[in-house]
Order: sequence, then C-alpha cells, then structure tokens
Amino acid sequence: MRRRPTFLITMLCFGFAFFYIPILSMIVFSFNNSRLATVWGGFSTKWYGSLFSNAQVGRALVLSLEIALLSATIATILGTMAGIALARFGRFRGRTAFSGLVTAPLIMPEVITGISSLIFFILLANYVGWPASRGFTTITLAHITFSMVFVTTVVQSRMLSADRAIEEAAMDLGSRPWQVMVDVTLPVISPAILSGWLLAFTISMDDVVISNFTTGPGATTLPILIWSKVKLGVTPDINALATLTVVTVGICVFTAGWLLNRAEKRRELERRLAYQINE
Amino acid sequence: MASESRLYRWFNRRGWSDIVLAAPYVWLLVFFLIPFLIVVGMSVATRTPTAPPFGYGGENPLLNFEGYHRLFTDDLYIRAFVTSLVNAAVAMVLCLAIGYPMALGLTKVDTGWRNILLMLVILPFWTSFLLRVYAWMGLMGKNSWFNNLLTGGWNWLVPQDWAVTSIPMMYSNFAVVLVMVYTYLPFMILPLYANLERLDPTLDEAAMDLGTKPFGVFWDVTLPQSIPGIIAGGMLVFIPAAGELVIPTLVGDASSPMIGRVISDEFSQARDWPMASAVAVVLLVLMVGPTMLYSHYQARAVGADDPK
Repeated sequence: MRRRPTFLITMLCFGFAFFYIPILSMIVFSFNNSRLATVWGGFSTKWYGSLFSNAQVGRALVLSLEIALLSATIATILGTMAGIALARFGRFRGRTAFSGLVTAPLIMPEVITGISSLIFFILLANYVGWPASRGFTTITLAHITFSMVFVTTVVQSRMLSADRAIEEAAMDLGSRPWQVMVDVTLPVISPAILSGWLLAFTISMDDVVISNFTTGPGATTLPILIWSKVKLGVTPDINALATLTVVTVGICVFTAGWLLNRAEKRRELERRLAYQINE
Repeated sequence: MASESRLYRWFNRRGWSDIVLAAPYVWLLVFFLIPFLIVVGMSVATRTPTAPPFGYGGENPLLNFEGYHRLFTDDLYIRAFVTSLVNAAVAMVLCLAIGYPMALGLTKVDTGWRNILLMLVILPFWTSFLLRVYAWMGLMGKNSWFNNLLTGGWNWLVPQDWAVTSIPMMYSNFAVVLVMVYTYLPFMILPLYANLERLDPTLDEAAMDLGTKPFGVFWDVTLPQSIPGIIAGGMLVFIPAAGELVIPTLVGDASSPMIGRVISDEFSQARDWPMASAVAVVLLVLMVGPTMLYSHYQARAVGADDPK
C-alpha cells in the first residue's frame, strides 16, 4: 500500500513541473535585458515599459474586453434558455435535432467554424447588406454562437442534478409558476449561470482562430495581435504580456476559489447552528 | 421522463416556452447550421476568378466533385491527413501515459491538497492558449536554456562524433506533438480524475486482502473500471488535436502541414474555397467515429445516469 503512492506522487511532481516550468521560464525572461528573448542578459523591466507605451496593445485589449463582455452576456442568456429547455421541457418536438445542434459546435474543429462563419458573413454582406463590413459585429456574432453551447452544457447538467421536487413543493405550497422560476429555479442554477458566463468570457478573450477569420480591417483583438507578432518569432515584449496575463488570471482564480471556500464554510456553520437550536 | 413538469405546462400555456426554446434554436440555425450547410454546398461548387471566388449553377456544373477527386489523388492532401491523425494519436497516447498516473495520484492525496492541485491543473487552461504555445517556442529555440540543457545531456551521453551544437526541435512534428501534449493534458486528466475518484476503494482493499500485489490491483481492478475515462479523455485530446491550426502553424514543419493548416491555406492564400470546403467536409466525416465514441463513454466515465 505504501509503495504505489510514491510512484504516483513522483509522477504528480513531474507533471506539475511540466505544466509550470514553461510558464515560469516565460516570467523570468520577461525581466530580461537582452533583445534576444531566450538568452539572459541581465535584469530589466524595459519590456513592461514598451508594452505600456504601446497604444496598439491597449486598443487591442479594450476591443477584446468589449467583445468578450458583450458576447459572453448574450451567450449566457441564449445558452441558459437552451439549457432550461433541454433539462425541463421533456420530449418536445424537434428535441433530438436541437440537442444535436447544441452539441455540434463543441466538437467542430475551430478552423472549420472559422471558414464557415467567414463565408457566411461574406455572402450576407453581398446579398443582404448586413453586416456591411467585418469587424466588431461579426467577431461578436461568431463568439456568441460557439460559446453559448458551453453555457448550455454547464446549465443543463446543473439543472439535471438539481432536485426537481423543490419546484413541485413550491407549487404545492401555492407559489405562482413565475415565482417558482424566480425564487427557486434561478437561485439553484445561478452558480452554473455564473460559471457559464465566465467560461464564455474566457473562450472569447482566448479565441484566435475564429476571430482571425471573422475580423476585418481595423478590428484587431489582443489574441490576433499576439498571433501576428508570434508568427514572426519570439519577441521579448510578449513575455511581459504573458506574465501580466498569468498573474491576472492567477489572482482571479485564487480569489474566486477562496471566496467559494469561505461561503461553503459559512453555510456549514449555519447548518450546525440550526441543528443546535433544534436540539 | 416521468411527465412534463407543471412549470413547463404553465410556460407552454402562456407561450413562454416557445420563446425560451425558439431564441437559441433560431440563433444556432442561422449562425451555425446554415454556415455549415453553405460549406457543404461550397465543396461541390466550381472555383472561378470572380469575387466571391466561386460559381454555382449557370454555366457551371451543378455538382463539381473536382475538390474531392484531387483530395484522394493528390499526395499533399493524403499526407496531410495521415500526418494529422498520427500526430493526434501520438499526442493522445502520451497524454494518457502522463495524465493517468497524475489523475490516479490526485485521488490518493488528501482533500485539502487535492483541491489546490486540481486548481493548478485547471489554471493553465484559463490563461491564454496562444501564450502557452508561445512559451514552448521560447524553450525549444536554439540557444535557449532548455535547448542548451538537452544538448549538453545529449553530448555527454553519445560518442563525440555525434555531438551537436543545438538540437533542432522547432518546426518539426516532434515540436507539434510536444506542444499538443502540453496544451491538451488537462483535457485528459480531468475526465480520468472524475472517473477514478468515484471508484469504490473497498474493491482495492478486498483485492489486497486476497493477496494481490499492488500492481496486480491496479491492472485487474482499477484499470478495467477506468476504461470509460480513458476513452472519453483520449477523444477529448484526439478530436481537437487532429484539426489543430495554431500549433502546427507556429511550431510545425511547413513542408508536411497538418490538415487544419491545409484548410486555412487553401482558403486564405490559394483562395480556393471549394477545395478548402471539400477538405473540411472530409475531416468532419473522419471525426464522426471519435465523436460517437466520446459521447458514448463520457456519460459512463462520470457515472451519470440518463435522467429519462
């Protein structure tokens, strides 16, 4: 019994070294004084300076944030609707087709989603006239489409595991159906809606392939900017950008984890107090 | 399903359910299904020097299978498909070899540590995919500390005639597979962990009590029960890896491109929309099998019973 965990723990250490050494290396080299991105030439913060003085990076970041906020919000509304329909509407007509339509974008290779969206938008512009040019609108539409199905998956699985008897009980106790929806169902699935939104936001912020196909002149998101720089080779200011990304995401994830943990502990405490009062 | 819920009937009476269902349905029809059907139609259209660069009907043949014909006769496309499937399969096997012991190890550490470690598995997933690929471009390049380290190790191990100044890692299938393993490893670990975590530990103990050696317990008890997790995780790596575009473009060998890059190049550089569409359709057909495998085993891996 003792021997096996030793091997597994070694593999865990090896695995986490594999995960984090490239990221740590990137962070260390973001403070490199040398123009060569991979050879150490002394400590410097000049790449951060050049990053902050680069207006192009700032504009790309703002555009990415705008697209991600808008597309994640619409994707969450549409995705939650689809999740509710799949989890609560029973066997409605066209259910099989609908659930296929919700699953297909999940496994579609990005490059195919990219070219099909681009062809679609070009034909729309030619024959309908809207959206007249590609850019913010077309990227946002494409992002909504492929991130809403992730929201659906999260919301649907949360609703299926939630106890439906609570909804029935609320109705038996005389709640109006609308009240049941607002007071019972939505609070139960709200963590799933929140994590669905975060997932959609991250997917949008991270996407390069579909954005690159559906963008037009002037609409450069942050991933498109990084992509065009990185294709030409390793440049030191990308190391600085990567470091800032990792630090921001790390802080957000650990804060979220800490808050969730604290809420969990508080609920546990309340539960114990409730039992004590009953005794 | 036992019966439609009362909530649904109420929704239905008021016509609300139609809106809840119709909004996402229509959205996906317009922005997903129609574009996809256009690609299928495009694959039998004719390439023309007009803008947009295709013709359909009129003086053009109604069904033009030239794209499909070229696909099965031109060496370039067949090689690209083989390269993609082999790279994806190798990445899948390596992810399994590294991910399985990690997932099993996660089930053995105590809960406090486990949550932190799980968070550390997911954390890279929330940072930019592009930047994780970029991190390896820095490590694999000539004169990087990582390349120097490996070169030093190689020169120390082999006879002097074989010594090299640096190992050519970038722009090769080796680089593509390495970066794929790095970026897709969480997709393997998480379903496997979900599968292994719900296994009954008393079965292990029973096997031990009956005198089975630790490796025997793993081979005869744990491994057979984790097959659904292995297949679900494997397909979750294989499917996106086979159609990958970013990794082969940044670190791959341009002379033997993967299929994602072929689609992108045919479309953007050669401006041959029918050809790009034909390649895309064939790639999708190839992915039908792995997708069905995935959806069949995914539910079993986490032990979810179908609610209907």
